[in-house]
Amino acid sequence: MKPSSNITFISFSTIVSKEITRFIRIWSQTLLPPAIIMALYFIIFGNFVGSQLPLTQGYTYMQFIAPGLIMMAVITNAYNNVVSSFFTQRFQKSVDEILVSPTPNWVILLGFSTGGILRGVLVGIIVGLIALCFTHLHFQHLFVTFIAALLTSIFFSFAGFTNALFARKFDDVAIIPTFILTPLTYLGGVFYSLNQLPPHWQTFAKLNPIIYMVDTFRYGLLGITDINVYFSLGLLFLLTCLLFFVNLYLLNKGVGLKP
Amino acid sequence: MFALQIESLNKTYKNGVVALQDICFSVAKGDFFALLGPNGAGKSTTIGIITSLVNKSSGRIRVFNHDIDTHPSEAKQCIGVVPQEFNFNIFEKVEQILINQAGYYGIPYRIAKKRTEHYLKRLGLWNKRHSNARDLSGGMKRRLMIARALIHEPKLLILDEPTAGVDIELRRSLWDFVREINEKGTTIILTTHYLEEAESLCRNIAIINHGKIIEHTEKHTLLNKLKKEHFILYLRDPLHHTPILPGFNITLLDQNTLDVEIDVTQNINDLFQKLSEHTILVKSMRNKTNRLEELFLKLTNSS
Repeated sequence: MKPSSNITFISFSTIVSKEITRFIRIWSQTLLPPAIIMALYFIIFGNFVGSQLPLTQGYTYMQFIAPGLIMMAVITNAYNNVVSSFFTQRFQKSVDEILVSPTPNWVILLGFSTGGILRGVLVGIIVGLIALCFTHLHFQHLFVTFIAALLTSIFFSFAGFTNALFARKFDDVAIIPTFILTPLTYLGGVFYSLNQLPPHWQTFAKLNPIIYMVDTFRYGLLGITDINVYFSLGLLFLLTCLLFFVNLYLLNKGVGLKP
Repeated sequence: MFALQIESLNKTYKNGVVALQDICFSVAKGDFFALLGPNGAGKSTTIGIITSLVNKSSGRIRVFNHDIDTHPSEAKQCIGVVPQEFNFNIFEKVEQILINQAGYYGIPYRIAKKRTEHYLKRLGLWNKRHSNARDLSGGMKRRLMIARALIHEPKLLILDEPTAGVDIELRRSLWDFVREINEKGTTIILTTHYLEEAESLCRNIAIINHGKIIEHTEKHTLLNKLKKEHFILYLRDPLHHTPILPGFNITLLDQNTLDVEIDVTQNINDLFQKLSEHTILVKSMRNKTNRLEELFLKLTNSS
């Protein structure tokens, strides 16, 4: 017998509300820094440097980088929220509170990930509002914009969860964002169009999943794209599903949680 | 009806350490059961497996007839656990910790709030409900963990060293509290280093050593296995030589204190009679060690 849907919903909403309370309580560490950093990006790259550059596919450089910077904020915040929250609970052993309860593993995964998704999307909205202080943006394809941001935040929340399961110390929580996530994001087409790269680098760049996320989101906002949007969304959906089942498998096996 | 049935439980950790070997025991519904053993004997591993915090290598566990492998949700609903180490979020408020825990068990907020008030008041933490958990004293943290374990009103409460590091007064009040819970029908499994605690509270006892159950019986049956007891006698007048009383093994500890070894078949009245014959008057007496402690040491040293 499985726990009733009501019990499942209450345990899910408990985890989510705890996660929201956490990142709101420490807003000066979670919401403020991305706002300041992205404002600096807009001022330095968009304003000072961008004003010297020609139009890119009909848009100013400021407009061109705005979707990428928003996605950069979504990616890092969705990831960091889950990895730091879940690892801290593992470290303090307070995650045992949930593990001894009848909360199913898939609810634990979705609960923590929802916290990451909400923080990612909230920071994305904050950065979007900051972007509007510097330039004007219009939704060319509202649904694509929304779905690209949502899928990206889900994907990176799941990725943060995997990192939190394998991490043994706080250093392990910082290594992936510093040495993998940040370089991939910078190389993910935030500051340039894929078409500006030499052909062999274009092929190489397409191995980076972030390029599909940024490109699709940019299509939603500006209507310009380097890659087929449906292909990108399909790929993102498949990768997200794959990561969900990988995490579920790890949770069921007790990896990082049960000796 | 059994609250807990453990059959052929084995656990070998990844580093090759064999923690449990073919553990079998059961705990009757409503029992107050002690699981005793020296450090590293396998008590916490056993509790970890029962509560799903440790993966078992093999074996079967049923909690109120719910198999923890095939019906984990039902089994978990029945169990409340107070772990040995503090394992709550130290930055959370006391009240919120309990409300969240209730949420993980699917208890609606309104009921969770009422139960939180009840248990915090019962355990003397109501005034601390808005405090961060890290600001509580050691004893308060223990009580918080007990309240947290009870919030979903489990049928089986597992207490893993619940009074470790707790002062005597608080320890006694916690004993009264768990006794009361047990009298109301909750089955209790206790692990403790204070054997006086187990002797005072429990009806049935299992002793685990090197990952094996070496004794599993009623407390009285177990205590009857004790062949000899030591008593310390405090004398009214000083003695200069050890008195020789046939049938009793006596040691003079100091001028006013005697250590007497008595076989369980002997009568303590005979001892006093013989002491009186030697004009030795006893002011007071006590057991040299806790009886269970004496037996525990014998069993664990010989296994």
